[in-house]
Amino acid sequence: MRRFLAVISLAAVLGLAACASKPVKPAASQSAVGAGAESSGAAGGANANEGSLGSQQSVAGPEQGLLADRTIHFSFDSAQIQGRGVDIVAAHAKYLAGHPAARVRLEGNTDDRGSPEYNIGLGMRRAESVRQAMLLQGVSANQITVVSYGMERPVDPANTPTAWAKNRRVDIVYLTPMQPAQ
Amino acid sequence: MKPALTSIARATVFGVLLTPFLAAPARAQLTIQITSGVTHPVPIAVVPFAEPASAGTDVSDVIQHDLTGSGRFSALARAQMPGTPTHAAQVQFPAWKGTGSDYVVVGRVKALGNGELAVDFNLLNILTGQSVARKRFTGPPSALRNAAHRASDVIYQAITGIRGAFDTRIAYVAVIGKGAAQRFQLVVADADGYNQHLILESRFPIMSPAWSPDGKWLAYVSFESHLSAVYVQRVRTGRRYRVSARAGENGAPVFSPGGRRLALTLSGVSGYPQIYVLDLHSQHLTRITHTPAINTEPDWAPDGQSIYFTSDRAGQPQIYRVGVEAGSSTQRITFTDDYNAGPHVSPDGKWLAMVTRADGGYRIAIQNLSTGQFKVLTSGPLDSTPSFAPNSAAIIYSRRSVQGDPGTLATISIDGLTGLTLKPSQGAVQDPVWGPFPPK
Repeated sequence: MRRFLAVISLAAVLGLAACASKPVKPAASQSAVGAGAESSGAAGGANANEGSLGSQQSVAGPEQGLLADRTIHFSFDSAQIQGRGVDIVAAHAKYLAGHPAARVRLEGNTDDRGSPEYNIGLGMRRAESVRQAMLLQGVSANQITVVSYGMERPVDPANTPTAWAKNRRVDIVYLTPMQPAQ
Repeated sequence: MKPALTSIARATVFGVLLTPFLAAPARAQLTIQITSGVTHPVPIAVVPFAEPASAGTDVSDVIQHDLTGSGRFSALARAQMPGTPTHAAQVQFPAWKGTGSDYVVVGRVKALGNGELAVDFNLLNILTGQSVARKRFTGPPSALRNAAHRASDVIYQAITGIRGAFDTRIAYVAVIGKGAAQRFQLVVADADGYNQHLILESRFPIMSPAWSPDGKWLAYVSFESHLSAVYVQRVRTGRRYRVSARAGENGAPVFSPGGRRLALTLSGVSGYPQIYVLDLHSQHLTRITHTPAINTEPDWAPDGQSIYFTSDRAGQPQIYRVGVEAGSSTQRITFTDDYNAGPHVSPDGKWLAMVTRADGGYRIAIQNLSTGQFKVLTSGPLDSTPSFAPNSAAIIYSRRSVQGDPGTLATISIDGLTGLTLKPSQGAVQDPVWGPFPPK
């Protein structure tokens, strides 16, 4: 009986949750966002496809000089921007500050060792480091969104020190076409 | 017997076509290998059951796999059996004593008039000649494997005194394909990897499935639309609700023991991942941690009064515990090794499982929550996401090798002596979480 009551209360709960949450968007209308993004969910289950993965397919954004470099690398278990990363962040910050209509998504990533959700946290700290540096250099908060994929999206899936170093990164993904300088 | 889970009608919710619990033929099959064994398993003989040819499931084979896979039993080979009795009255005990087995299981599957099947079995003590346990399960032919697992549960409990966890389910994430063709699938299967059902498919990462205490809901993280969000989804109907899609990280959901609240990680306010508790009824959000550090991977103590979590507030990830009441103090729990993350509390409250970095590898370890005794159970090198069986006797986890093999699922008994691997026929599998006992 106790179990039964618990079930009812959860159902009631989620009934309310449904009212309070935004409806899940239909998959079909979203699949046109990225090329070849049509769902393969005919076999069953909910289908969650929406557009393309930005860092793999995005070509938007400036390409001159350091701006062509969209990746900042990090040391093991560290969220500190170092070396060339400082210059890359500064170049993009300067561009974004001069192009207020431009928008970026900062995608934090880790190597694929350890606990997945801890790595989500570490990737988030890396993305936040880049965001904070950009804010200090005059970028508006509304130009930046952050996400962490943790260890879920390695650029090199090998389990070697070289691959791990490549995977510990923040990718800068431009979301809008280039805007003329103001 | 549980109803067949494959007959649920399609339902359209919010325009998303949800056809849960259809067995899709493209799913990667999981094959089982026993990786080690205990030193003193109980010898048992599971005699082939009398079954109609149409049954399609070798019930005694399923039982034998369950029992030997637990590490607590060794099974007599069929070729060594002195006969194939299917009723207790047919068992010639003197002949069975010669096999060295302590117990023998006999049984049969019969077709009932209404299209259902009946499974009868009898567990006999060979030394005494007495019946230790006997039972009949009835149900549709599609539920015959479940009946076999339930028989295994009865046998396991009768001999070990511990409730069996064979008739349980796991949820996990399968990753299939590469690059633009890559697909993430949230899958629910029986604990032995059979009976797979697709819950969600996405081209974006799916992470951290968690069962509700009644086994009817899954919470998970999905990165649809490039950003993370936490969903709660009804397993049988596919109906789902997005319960958190705030700026920054939405991660690591886990149901409270009462099922009413969800602990989760959000980074939006401070830029640091922090533990929150979301009341699913009122939508009220309570912040639990406040330290400018990574605070994530919450798991509830069985009494629902405190939460174990990972934090790097001391420089390296370690596991802490905090009460959920406002103003509660926080204690550090782990002190062995310089990397401990992903805490999972055993349902009996005795053990904390985690990923530890030891000898350069990432391994599953458990810590006794009353004595502090710390024990590394697996050999790595890339083990993660431990989750206890509902009887607290074993842990399921993700395993990869340094050589770049795709991920597999594996189990390990909490004495560290016996394990199984569940290898996919294609792609990788990861993030397993063991569901609760089925309703009695």
